[in-house]
Amino acid sequence: MSTTLTEKPRKKESFGATQRKDLWWFEPLVYAVGFGLFIIYATWAAFQGKHYEYGPYLSPFYSPLITVSWWKFSPAFLILWIPAGFRMTCYYYRKAYYRSYFMDPPACGVSEGCSNKKYSGETAFPFIFQNLHRYFLLGATVLLFFLWSDVIKAFNFDGRFGVGVGSLVLLANTFLLSMYSLTCHSFRHLIGGYKDGFKCGYQYNFYKKISCGNERHMFWAWVSLFMVGFADLYVRLCSMGIWADIRLI
Amino acid sequence: MNKEESQSQISSGDKKVRIATFKVYRGDREKGNEVEYKVPVEEGMVVLDAIHYIQKNISPDLAVRWNCKAAKCGSCSAEVNGKPRLMCKTRLDDFDINEEIKVYPMKSFPIIKDLACDVSWNYEVNKKITPFTPKENTTWKMNQRDIDRVQEFRKCIECFACQNVCHVIREHDLKPKFAGPRFFVRVAGLEMHPLDDVDRLEALKDDMGIGFCNITKCCTEVCPEDIHITDNAIIPLKERVVDRYYDPVRMFFRKIFKKK
Amino acid sequence: MGGYKVNMSTLDRFEIHEHDVLVIGAGGAGLRAAIEASANGVSVGLVCKSLLGKAHTVMAEGGIAAAVGNVDKQDNWQTHFKDTMKGGKFLNNYRMAQLHAQEAPERVLELERWGALFDRTSEGTILQRPFGGHSYKRLCHVGDRTGLEMIRTLQDKGVHMGINVYMECTITRLLKEDGKISGAFGYWRETGRFVIFKAKAIILATGGVGKAYKVTSNSWEYTADGQLLAYDAGAELIDTEFIQFHPTGMIWPPGVIGILVTEAVRGEGGILRNKDGYRFMEKYDPERMELSTRDVVARSIYIENKEGRGSPHGGAFLDISHKGAEYIKKKLPSMYHQFKELADVDITTGPMEVGPTCHYSMGGVKVDADSTATSIPGLYAAGEVAGGMHGANRLGGNSLSDLLVFGRRAGLYAAEYAKKNKATLNINEDEIANAEKSIVVFFEQDGGENPYTVHRDLQELMQNKVGIFRVEDDLKFAINELKSLKERAAKVKIEGSRMYNPGWHMAYDLQSMVIYSEAIAKCALQRKESRGAHSRLDYPNTDPEHGKWNSLVKKANDGSLIVEKSPLPEMPGELKQLLEDKKVAAKI
Ligand code: SF4
Ligand code: SF4
Ligand code: FES
Ligand code: FES
Repeated sequence: MSTTLTEKPRKKESFGATQRKDLWWFEPLVYAVGFGLFIIYATWAAFQGKHYEYGPYLSPFYSPLITVSWWKFSPAFLILWIPAGFRMTCYYYRKAYYRSYFMDPPACGVSEGCSNKKYSGETAFPFIFQNLHRYFLLGATVLLFFLWSDVIKAFNFDGRFGVGVGSLVLLANTFLLSMYSLTCHSFRHLIGGYKDGFKCGYQYNFYKKISCGNERHMFWAWVSLFMVGFADLYVRLCSMGIWADIRLI
Repeated sequence: MNKEESQSQISSGDKKVRIATFKVYRGDREKGNEVEYKVPVEEGMVVLDAIHYIQKNISPDLAVRWNCKAAKCGSCSAEVNGKPRLMCKTRLDDFDINEEIKVYPMKSFPIIKDLACDVSWNYEVNKKITPFTPKENTTWKMNQRDIDRVQEFRKCIECFACQNVCHVIREHDLKPKFAGPRFFVRVAGLEMHPLDDVDRLEALKDDMGIGFCNITKCCTEVCPEDIHITDNAIIPLKERVVDRYYDPVRMFFRKIFKKK
Repeated sequence: MGGYKVNMSTLDRFEIHEHDVLVIGAGGAGLRAAIEASANGVSVGLVCKSLLGKAHTVMAEGGIAAAVGNVDKQDNWQTHFKDTMKGGKFLNNYRMAQLHAQEAPERVLELERWGALFDRTSEGTILQRPFGGHSYKRLCHVGDRTGLEMIRTLQDKGVHMGINVYMECTITRLLKEDGKISGAFGYWRETGRFVIFKAKAIILATGGVGKAYKVTSNSWEYTADGQLLAYDAGAELIDTEFIQFHPTGMIWPPGVIGILVTEAVRGEGGILRNKDGYRFMEKYDPERMELSTRDVVARSIYIENKEGRGSPHGGAFLDISHKGAEYIKKKLPSMYHQFKELADVDITTGPMEVGPTCHYSMGGVKVDADSTATSIPGLYAAGEVAGGMHGANRLGGNSLSDLLVFGRRAGLYAAEYAKKNKATLNINEDEIANAEKSIVVFFEQDGGENPYTVHRDLQELMQNKVGIFRVEDDLKFAINELKSLKERAAKVKIEGSRMYNPGWHMAYDLQSMVIYSEAIAKCALQRKESRGAHSRLDYPNTDPEHGKWNSLVKKANDGSLIVEKSPLPEMPGELKQLLEDKKVAAKI
């Protein structure tokens, strides 16, 4: 180009300034509300420290159940930081909450109204810790083993095989959580994303499948979030006697 | 807002012509304003057709870039009703014709005139990326499955819509430190090339500022070539950067085994 | 900015750049030339009208023809040469066709070494697809965006070689001293300011002239700039009558008329039908069917329409849906999107409507086959701007390989020439003043027309009178009409300032287009036969006598345009031998 154009300082725009005519604020709002409700419920449920068991069912918030004498609080807190951290550092949720809560940006092409604010993205504290997502994946995977064993237990009514609605709820929950973990970006990286070429056809096929599922990671993130809350609620209501579990077999 | 004259001719004609109202930014770096134009609508018309209509019939000096008119060259990026789009791919049917349609130049780059802006910064960034460097003694045989990924990145037509929309550039103006999604796509194409022999992770982290990207996916939303910029290029690159610079276990083992 | 005064005092007020080799045009040929020249150790400037990487090459879709023989092992340069000659109805410069066929494979492999990623065969080599007029599966490709892959590869290679790129700059005049090239004069599109390039050698790589036609797949850049720069500087043009109409362009809706539908659709098995569902190519070329040469297919569609069997919007139906959605999306992704988004047609389930669109100019600047040198010392031309390589009709896929083969040769020989030429460059001030005046004059001509109006009339005229089918009366009419268009074009009036003013740019480009159109029409009138892309209704047959000469266009001393016949160069025995094996009488 012929001349170097000197850039003139940008006009500061107010928050939300945009020429977009669509309902750009709708999506972030829905996420903010959805995520917010879940956090409120989960915190409340975790603080309860009771009503997390009913028959063979164990609430996923409390699994694996660790009861040690020196821990004076709800046993949920010994566990919950793992899935919480997993979701907080999840690439999808990061997108969602950076947009919905940090308004950075609120939506594409919509002004943040703070162009001179210092922005460091994920290069500095605190968000630099997002890079540890893979360790939370590891932790979550360990938890998944417990959750699957809970599912098996949930089909075992006093030594006999049986199916209650609760068994199915726990099964669905664990299945969705597994899908959520399997479609994780870090997992995708771990099983093949780090490679430039595949010598082994099996590895390639596996990577390909995971990549395919990864496209729908957001879907798994939301349904598994909803389901894990619902599973806890289900067990809780049964245990509180508000809701009666129905035995199917 | 000043209105152009000479619009009477448009409304004539025997058939009923639908008229769309365009508000186009006219001006240069110093000053500019929105000018209203009335354009008769034809079937299948795109925004670029309307701009051409204005050039041919109302203001021949309306500056706009375009080449292929088929979404292949990436010249005609602009903001239509606030969204970065290729004008040659944006059909008028997408809009309510009874409402005005705003056409503005890309916001993140300095305006030259009207809809043309100075995108030279992007070319500067590109120059700094270490080019493809093949491994020695290769037979140049590659499996299709290994290059599928890279071929997606090579679809990029350099429309710079992603650069324009990315809030790191648009809002925080971190241009010198941050290369922008288009160039993460380019680097991903090089890093994942099965025969490339250069390592660009350090550059990615330090010079290109991949950490500034907070994966909010606006680039993916606007990419006219449908490249999954965030999921397939940026996140995998971030993971590779983590491997090298943030993963304590790996770093520990690298120290012990002195592997680089 | 009325009343602009030309100041003749000094050259100081101009921005001046100096290079050994200046390349004008940054498409495939220009970039390849710049890379080669730079690799030979000279300083290189690359000027382009658009931004870098936006040149028309990005629109090439189907592939690069090169006899690498990965898919069909029996393929070799001899067959490629034969196909090219046959496609060009033996009017090609044999030497160019030979070099092209011989060197294309090496050029393609070289692209791969620079980072291009072609689709692969199951063995991991470059995959090739069949194309019209090629005997074997020959086109190395990347889905349907081969041109983009090529230009991006060259661009990325080029920017790391220290080539100076001057974007959005139009060259309006070549400067000479003692009959030799000494530089070029132009303006920045962005600011409207003038710029002078001093150069020992100049390579023209500016592409074609498609914008002179109404229905065209070409972009605004295709205005015969290079041809006219050379012509004005005294070089000769050849074969200008041969304008290729690509048989498959989009024809509906109106906004997209002319946009290219790649030949790869037919290469991948697409079938052409008329409105009755009849596969009409059975009638016109039962042997090659849809994969016949472009001139034949374009004419067939035209005739079907004339006889009332065309599709609703005056074309034909091209159907690939039998290949299945998955395959189509993989091999023809941009076609899929193009139709889906621009025409609401899903090509995986139904046919597309297509018709001929102006696509390529086989004629151009006359060059030496080996060195691409024109008759002016220091001036080279490569790519579409040069004539001779493709004869009367170009085969699909031969264009990209042409760009690479002759782009490289141009770069090489221009660099050599520049190294030998140590002379300091002087620039003649009067010449500059003239050049300057001739392009600012448009601001001052009160009462002139809008350049877009003149352009529209030119397009109408060329489309209707010098289009796919030509007759003497039409051509004479057109030549006459062009005279008045030339006058109108010279008198257009420009509003606004010189800052990024497309109307002004059009005004300048218009001048070249009008003159080149005259060359097209006059050569078309001279060629009293039908051959390749040139079809005369009044002379429907190919006449072997006319197969012995190329048309030649020159600027006479009085500034008028004259056309002549220049005998075809004699082909050496061994090449003749090659052609005789299976020489097929050129059919219409
Ligand atoms: S995902 Fe990253 S690169 Fe893309 S727009 Fe968002 S911040 Fe920018
Ligand atoms: S990645 Fe997509 S949006 Fe960005 S420049 Fe390339 S084509 Fe445009
Ligand atoms: S990316 Fe969402 S869980 Fe890992
Ligand atoms: S003009 Fe080429 S992308 Fe729009």
